[in-house]
Amino acid sequence: MNKTFMVLSEDGIHARPATAIVNMASNFKAEIFAEADGRKVTLKSILGVLSLDLSTNDVVTFIAEGEDAAEALEAIEGIFQKEGLGILYD
Amino acid sequence: MINIEGIAASAGIAIAKAFVIEQPNLQAEKWTIDDADGEMFRFHEALAQSIVDVQALKQRTLEQLGEEKAEIFESHLLVLNDPELIGPIERLIREEQVNAEHALQETTKFFIAMFENMQSAYLRERASDMRDVSKRVLGHLLKVKAENLGSILDEVVLVAEDLTPSDTAQLNRNYVLGFITNIGGRTTHSAIMARSLEIPAVVGTKGAALQIRSGDLLILDGLEGIVIINPDEQTVEQYRIKQGQYEEQRNEWAKLKNKPTVTADGHHVELAANIGTPADVSAVLSNGGEAVGLYRTEFLYMSRDSMPSENEQFNAYKAVLEKMDGKPVVVRTLDIGGDKELSYLELPKEMNPFLGFRAIRLCLEHQDIFRTQLRALLRSSRYGNLRIMFPMISTLDEFRQAKEMMLEEKSKLEAENIQVSDQIQVGIMVEIPSTAILSDRFAKEVDFFSIGTNDLIQYTMAADRMNERISYLYQPLNPAILRLVKMVIDAAHSQGKWVGMCGEMAGDAAAIPLLVGLGLDEFSMSAASILPARSQISKLSYEAMNVFAEEALACNTAYEVAELIEKKIQPLLLK
Repeated sequence: MNKTFMVLSEDGIHARPATAIVNMASNFKAEIFAEADGRKVTLKSILGVLSLDLSTNDVVTFIAEGEDAAEALEAIEGIFQKEGLGILYD
Repeated sequence: MINIEGIAASAGIAIAKAFVIEQPNLQAEKWTIDDADGEMFRFHEALAQSIVDVQALKQRTLEQLGEEKAEIFESHLLVLNDPELIGPIERLIREEQVNAEHALQETTKFFIAMFENMQSAYLRERASDMRDVSKRVLGHLLKVKAENLGSILDEVVLVAEDLTPSDTAQLNRNYVLGFITNIGGRTTHSAIMARSLEIPAVVGTKGAALQIRSGDLLILDGLEGIVIINPDEQTVEQYRIKQGQYEEQRNEWAKLKNKPTVTADGHHVELAANIGTPADVSAVLSNGGEAVGLYRTEFLYMSRDSMPSENEQFNAYKAVLEKMDGKPVVVRTLDIGGDKELSYLELPKEMNPFLGFRAIRLCLEHQDIFRTQLRALLRSSRYGNLRIMFPMISTLDEFRQAKEMMLEEKSKLEAENIQVSDQIQVGIMVEIPSTAILSDRFAKEVDFFSIGTNDLIQYTMAADRMNERISYLYQPLNPAILRLVKMVIDAAHSQGKWVGMCGEMAGDAAAIPLLVGLGLDEFSMSAASILPARSQISKLSYEAMNVFAEEALACNTAYEVAELIEKKIQPLLLK
């Protein structure tokens, strides 16, 4: 199960929202990953998330596997909206 | 007296003795260990102590600066618990039999290099967070006590190679009047923290700050990004005056943040901001904006390979409306063509692109694109106070067609049981003389006007504003422009409608008094201009500005208007 976003925020996915995303990911049982530009990292590591170097107009896909995968992806979408990080990209 | 230059990271002026921070030597040799378990224990103990430190710093920042600034330490805590950091260190200790210090340095070196090579300027500067975390753990491993900046009890200007977020969190702003660093840019944490602590700062002096010795007298000008080492008395005196003026101005602006914009004699206008993305909204709110006067939607369409979907647009519009929390948001429908191209929409090259197939003209022909945007806008309408604005309207027919399409999409949505607000105002940009001239007719059909001065001036003067040879014809203060503006305002007011302005002119301190006098209701400008404009307007009398506006309308040339402003209006502002 996955959801793809386009980053719109001028600072890309910077430290504060990355922290929110990693903290959020640890609340779910699902295994969650972020994939961008052919690189895939676990959402449980902030260094991993920041290492994707997501900048304005980059596209990132979140992949979740497990019983609460759908809720986890919902929550990520919530953070994207709340922080003005970007928009769903389909 | 030596002048050094850097980046103006935080505004203000500080004059005080220098306090140079000596970096403790946190470098450890590599050696082989035989007790891997013991080494692992040392490492985890240092980690645990670091976590305790950071939690305390986070608490302290939370109390002094609020949640947002404390979040940086939340990130540090995540790094201290990050499996991607701990894993490789543990592996080095176990498999290579090296000391914890070396394993830590090797691993963090990798991440620091990674950040330093990043594309985004913001992320490149996160290397300093990694150094901060690394230094902290290393300090505990080496049992080196970090300098306690909280113990400075004299008024000083700090000078350092770099200040980590941990350093800045400990600063006592009663004693630390400013700081200077050799490295860093406007978005390093130390710069961001300096701005929220309201401590003047100059960063990125590229090593020049090494010339400073503790005890040197410094003038730090965070407005211009200049540091003066051991200035003479006359220079100090000059800067004391500049400092006083700046303080006065800042206090005055701060008082106005959550106040309405009112002239001295009680006439109210609205100060709004121009934005391009949902992320821009926070600056609008933090600068006391009363509305978004122009949300340029082009950004959603540009730098990509295909049209943005309805949902994508809906999410962006909804985000802006929600963040503005009921305050008005004027969204301009797609304004493309002319000088703005879309790679995936092939438009033929034109002889006169500014007079060509663009903005509403393009939308009325490419109905699929326009209707998708209208649907996204209508769907977002129930999340806030939406106002829709069509760009480059030149005839009443164009407005009627555009509005008709909007109403059609609205009924379709309602047939699909999708809620649409019935409070949406629909207006137009007035940027073509034909529309300004017929504004009395338009005023009967629109809910509002927003005057786009950049284009209105170029079309009225028949002067391409990209052509430098005729740049003298870009004359916002030409009486012809003022008369058109007046015509539009009067037409709207006679029908009980409001008029805004979203061009450069609306934020121009010289033009604002005249626009107030002409009766403009809303001014939309860059967020940073809002508080200075509010302060300026609060000193003006609406009645007096009415008189000056009449005088300006009677002038012959832009030069005469400028002279009127300089001689009669500016002196009123200085009182």
